Amino acid sequence: MSGASTEIAVAPVTPLRIIILGATSAIAEATARLWAPGGARILLAGRNEARLNEIASDLKARGAAEAIDWPLDCASANASAELGKMVDRLGGLDILLLAYGVLGEQAELERDPAAAARLITTNFSSAAAWCLAATAVLEKQGAGTLLVIGSVAGDRGRRSNFIYGATKGGLALLVEGIAHKLAPLGARAVIIKPGFVDTPMTAAIANKGPLWAKPEAIAASIVRAGEKGGPEIYAPGFWRGIMIVIRNLPVAIFNKINI
Amino acid sequence: MSEPFVTRSDILSWGRVVRAPQRVATPRFRDELDKLLGAANGASLLPIGLRRSYGDSCLNDTGDLIDMSRVDRFIAFDPAQGILRAEAGTSFSEILRLIVPHGWFLPVTPGTRFVTLGGAIANDVHGKNHHRAGTFGRHVRALGLLRSDRGHLTLTPESDAALFASTIGGLGLTGIIEWAEIALVKTDSSSLEVETIPFENLDAFWSLADASTEKFEHTVAWVDCLSRGESLGRGIFSRGNWTPYGFHDAHDDKTWKRVVADAPEFLLNPLSIGAFNELYYRLHAGRPHTKLQHYVPFFYPLDAIHGWNRLYGRSGLLQYQCLVPRATEREAIRALLEEIAKEGQASFLAVLKTFGDVPASGLFSFPRAGTTLALDFPNRGAATLALLTRLDAIVRDAGGALYPAKDGRISREMFRLSFPRWQEFEKDPAMSSDFWRRVSA
Repeated sequence: MSGASTEIAVAPVTPLRIIILGATSAIAEATARLWAPGGARILLAGRNEARLNEIASDLKARGAAEAIDWPLDCASANASAELGKMVDRLGGLDILLLAYGVLGEQAELERDPAAAARLITTNFSSAAAWCLAATAVLEKQGAGTLLVIGSVAGDRGRRSNFIYGATKGGLALLVEGIAHKLAPLGARAVIIKPGFVDTPMTAAIANKGPLWAKPEAIAASIVRAGEKGGPEIYAPGFWRGIMIVIRNLPVAIFNKINI
Repeated sequence: MSEPFVTRSDILSWGRVVRAPQRVATPRFRDELDKLLGAANGASLLPIGLRRSYGDSCLNDTGDLIDMSRVDRFIAFDPAQGILRAEAGTSFSEILRLIVPHGWFLPVTPGTRFVTLGGAIANDVHGKNHHRAGTFGRHVRALGLLRSDRGHLTLTPESDAALFASTIGGLGLTGIIEWAEIALVKTDSSSLEVETIPFENLDAFWSLADASTEKFEHTVAWVDCLSRGESLGRGIFSRGNWTPYGFHDAHDDKTWKRVVADAPEFLLNPLSIGAFNELYYRLHAGRPHTKLQHYVPFFYPLDAIHGWNRLYGRSGLLQYQCLVPRATEREAIRALLEEIAKEGQASFLAVLKTFGDVPASGLFSFPRAGTTLALDFPNRGAATLALLTRLDAIVRDAGGALYPAKDGRISREMFRLSFPRWQEFEKDPAMSSDFWRRVSA
């Protein structure tokens, strides 16, 4: 302690250290744009290096203290080993956002078991491995947040997309359990459940009605989830009400409607 | 992913008159553009932005559209020199949010910030500072253009002067603008000191305009186009300069009001529009006053009502913007206002602005020395079109021009008279638009 301590102590503001898996997705990029002006240090993992590079330049212009390209196929990577390297690079982890996943076409997935297995591996098995690896890091730190993008499709199996829905439903259950485990340790996990989002994933759907949201709206919900709340949020929030209704429809009625 | 082009019925231009379904692809990354050029299968293509063009220059109903609004990243920003390089789909609104806190501003801006960088170049937009700064294209240092016949090019005003001059104001027809680098302007703050002065007729407008261009960076006038006789051309003159107060506050888009449905069309009749004009004039006519204004209400008053075009109902609106050269401007503007007042087909928004002598960079650039009049009319079909044709005749006799970004109807002859160098235009063979098919037919 210095004797002439007249200076005012200012708590150092540490920039957020953020890892984004699937950083080239529309929702992930929109979210990173909201984090960047606060001077975050953001590690961008995804398959297309040129695209990661373009996103990184943009985030730096918007104020990110650092934007690191991390070319990687998240679905086939060794999650635990790779996450270790990422966390070392950032010197710790405040937020991990898991944003990759594929939608697939239900009819094709039902015909082709190999395609279904690939979708399940990408959306669930590999994602679960990353979630478990992240849990270990957050547990050790006693701080930090795991954010996982699920879907309202995971809330009830429907004929139009139950294979995709099952992977997102499984992920929701996994994240719920992780949140329960982390709660006493000071860390958090949140599953974010978007409804219909206007992204390249859904580009083939031509006329989008009033329930459709822009990636920017989902991004705002994700940023809030990074600050507080959980373990389950709907994005936009009105989907919570819609899904309460859908989940509670009696089977006799549910089986008659085509959704 | 499957077929990149999706048929959509929700793609309209700002005037909402043309309602044909459009086939649209919405890429997010520049590396998708080559594939889209290949996927068109001989159909013509047209890159579009946020579709603030009023007529049909951003529509292509027998071909495909490439919606560039998601290719919207900053590539490099130098806050010391005020140089910005960004992808074509980046909006002016996003650019301002980035640059204003660093003390910079767009060198030229139109009356809405919801335009893309690529669209601003393709229409060579102008603003209230035209008499000082010229058009937007003059501030473009370089741009990336993807041609179907020549691949990826980097153009500067020096490197390929002819193709550069075609692309500035080129309506997206010279290829896909992928990115651009622009020179920003330093401002002392994010607010302006704005003087509002009522004027009782056209003569008073001309003297105000003459007295203002030297001392004020930004000038524009609103005109009550229903007033006749002695008070023909009465209106409100507005002129402003950046204040030296030192705050650099960017805007926040969260406070928009949104028009969620089309207004019923009976709201728009000569009586209600007349009442609006009268009220607007009286509200401001009290006495001249000066106030401090943030850049948003000064430059972008209509942006506060998101989707204001829907106030014109389902039939939409026809915007008419013409320019008449210095030598004939006084008689021509008088003749135009007389014709409109006589007809009684009122316009809410009539804007007068004198352009300066700064030459524009593009073959199809609209501004040139003289005076521009912009009006919008509720679309009443044949009656409105007939009035606009009579206005065309006045503009043609005055040696004037019409603005492609605002047009949905001019003839091939009127287009060629407006842009006498049209033969030098280096169109991309793959590109076309509804507008282009009409004026080149």
